[in-house]
Amino acid sequence: MLTTRTLAATIAATAIVALTLTGCASGTADATGTAGSVDAATATSVSAFGDLAALEAAANAEGALNVIALPRDWANYGAVLDLFAEKYPDITITESAPDGSSAEEIQAAQNLAGQDTAPDVFDLGLAVALANTDQFAPYQVATWSDIPDALKEESGLYVGDYGGYMAVGYDPDSVPAPTTLSDLLGADYKGKVAINGDPTQAGAAFAAVGMAAVQNKGSVDDFQAGIDFFGDLNAAGNLVKIDPTPATIASGETPVVFDWDYLNVGYGTQLAGERNWEVVVFPGTGYAGYYNQAINKDAPHPAAARLWQEFLYSDDAQNLWLAGGARPARADAMADAGTIDTKLFDALPTVPDTTVVPTAAQSEAAATLLGEKWAAAVQ
Amino acid sequence: MSSRFRAPAAALGLLPFAVYVLLFLALPTLIAVGTGFIGADGGFTLETLAALGNPVVLNAFGSSVWLSALTAVIGAVLGALVCYALLGARPDGALRSTVDSLSSVIAQFGGAMLAFAFTATIGIQGMVTVLLRDTVGVDIFADGVWLYELPGLVLPYIYFQVPLMVITFMPALASLKVTWAEANATLGGTARSYWLRIALPVLAPSFLGSLLLLFANAFSSYATAATLISQGAQIVPLQIRSALTSETMLGRENLAGALALGMIIVMSVVMTGYARLASRAARWQR
Repeated sequence: MLTTRTLAATIAATAIVALTLTGCASGTADATGTAGSVDAATATSVSAFGDLAALEAAANAEGALNVIALPRDWANYGAVLDLFAEKYPDITITESAPDGSSAEEIQAAQNLAGQDTAPDVFDLGLAVALANTDQFAPYQVATWSDIPDALKEESGLYVGDYGGYMAVGYDPDSVPAPTTLSDLLGADYKGKVAINGDPTQAGAAFAAVGMAAVQNKGSVDDFQAGIDFFGDLNAAGNLVKIDPTPATIASGETPVVFDWDYLNVGYGTQLAGERNWEVVVFPGTGYAGYYNQAINKDAPHPAAARLWQEFLYSDDAQNLWLAGGARPARADAMADAGTIDTKLFDALPTVPDTTVVPTAAQSEAAATLLGEKWAAAVQ
Repeated sequence: MSSRFRAPAAALGLLPFAVYVLLFLALPTLIAVGTGFIGADGGFTLETLAALGNPVVLNAFGSSVWLSALTAVIGAVLGALVCYALLGARPDGALRSTVDSLSSVIAQFGGAMLAFAFTATIGIQGMVTVLLRDTVGVDIFADGVWLYELPGLVLPYIYFQVPLMVITFMPALASLKVTWAEANATLGGTARSYWLRIALPVLAPSFLGSLLLLFANAFSSYATAATLISQGAQIVPLQIRSALTSETMLGRENLAGALALGMIIVMSVVMTGYARLASRAARWQR
């Protein structure tokens, strides 16, 4: 599902056509450019407002944006939020429940529906996005055609934004460098290996089991091999059942952590000078996943929500994902257009030979299996 | 109670509290339990309730009961011993009041703070752990890191169980009247007969009542476990969290209601027992 360079070229070509078309559309649209004339809540692209400046004016008039469950140390979200605040000083951003889960974002939207504290936008794992499409307003950003088809819902209900590979981060001063998954079963890793969350709850941990499955002769169709691996890890006394955070890494409690490569890279940046932190994506089959953006259909600030989307898919924000070690959705198109930060792009961990991403059906089957088997496997 | 309700002014005074309890205790409980009987389609179903028979869920209930019972017994015994030792101290003395106030504080020192305190002390890189490893060469985690598993909850739970026992049991011990001991002595009794025939029978309901309270306290504890354990949801409160917040297994919110119903049943049995024992114990404290 990750695009190849050739595919990227095609996409870039389509992008140019699409952008030109958008340009025409905005030229002919009956846009007065004032905030009051457009119903922002039903706008499905920037052309409904006229142009970006009109959208900015509408968003400024609202003056607020509610985001939820965006940890500042997750994929460089801190810098993304700060740049938005700097660019649009008239819009006050309210960040709630930074450590919440995707499911909690939807719950918050339903509980707060109709109030001006409800979240305007969501950042969701694929399973939650697929299950809650009736909570989203469709919107296609100006750079829509740069985004690979596999990453987006066709009407723009949800769109993949940034992603990466499931990787293992480790402290080279505490453990030897693992080169394969089975290395982690060795005595050098006793009481040292942690997973970011419980796989029956958190997307990243779920992906850790998926990665272990495909690396342990299993497949995305059957996570049992992954569960078996963590069962063995637990039996060897190597699995430590605390939630890893930058603090537990800094203190040395979790010297080995299964997490998305961009998060692991982020830990390293954050702890620079305090602790060495290396990241490895095991060769062979890699397991990738993307997080998705969506707009709350009941967004209290519909124009600001749409401006936030435009901002997230702009070159600036996409390069910020890259700075956080994540792979931005528009990476290939930006590489062709020469707008990507090539130094950062080339510095990403090497991509494995083959890459898998589970489909919705495979995810569901794996979730059911985890619900039945996980607790027993790690007890 | 009923005689008090005859005074309308007193009843009126209770009104704010009654409304509060109704809004923030009774109503949420009803809603939580109600969701256990609602299916994905919004209709009535017993299917979610059937999920309570799932081995994973049964296991969690087993672990919860086991953990609560163990820490309640240890806490009750240790707490009772502390109370007994304190009997020797003057009731208005510095020692008694220090232990009393310390117990009140520590009994409330739970949740994430307590978990962090334990991580900092006996975590993998905790002060005591490192000290033991570097000076005496003892690795308390040689057989695996048990602190972040079910057995790891025993120590933190005992930490707040013992002071709670001191708070609830001390009044009972203090109400043992000196005159009873004197009567026993006058009638030719020994210290043994005093404890066996008088003190222990009088104290038994209070002790068992406090034991049940401790059990309920541990059974409903959530934050400490949630902070320490991130894998497997071994106890019921963690199962409820998992059913409510999971982003990988969706549509299980109603299971949380069914789990809550299970917890409420256990808690009702325990608290009914506590109320009965407490009223028996009260006879001797007048």
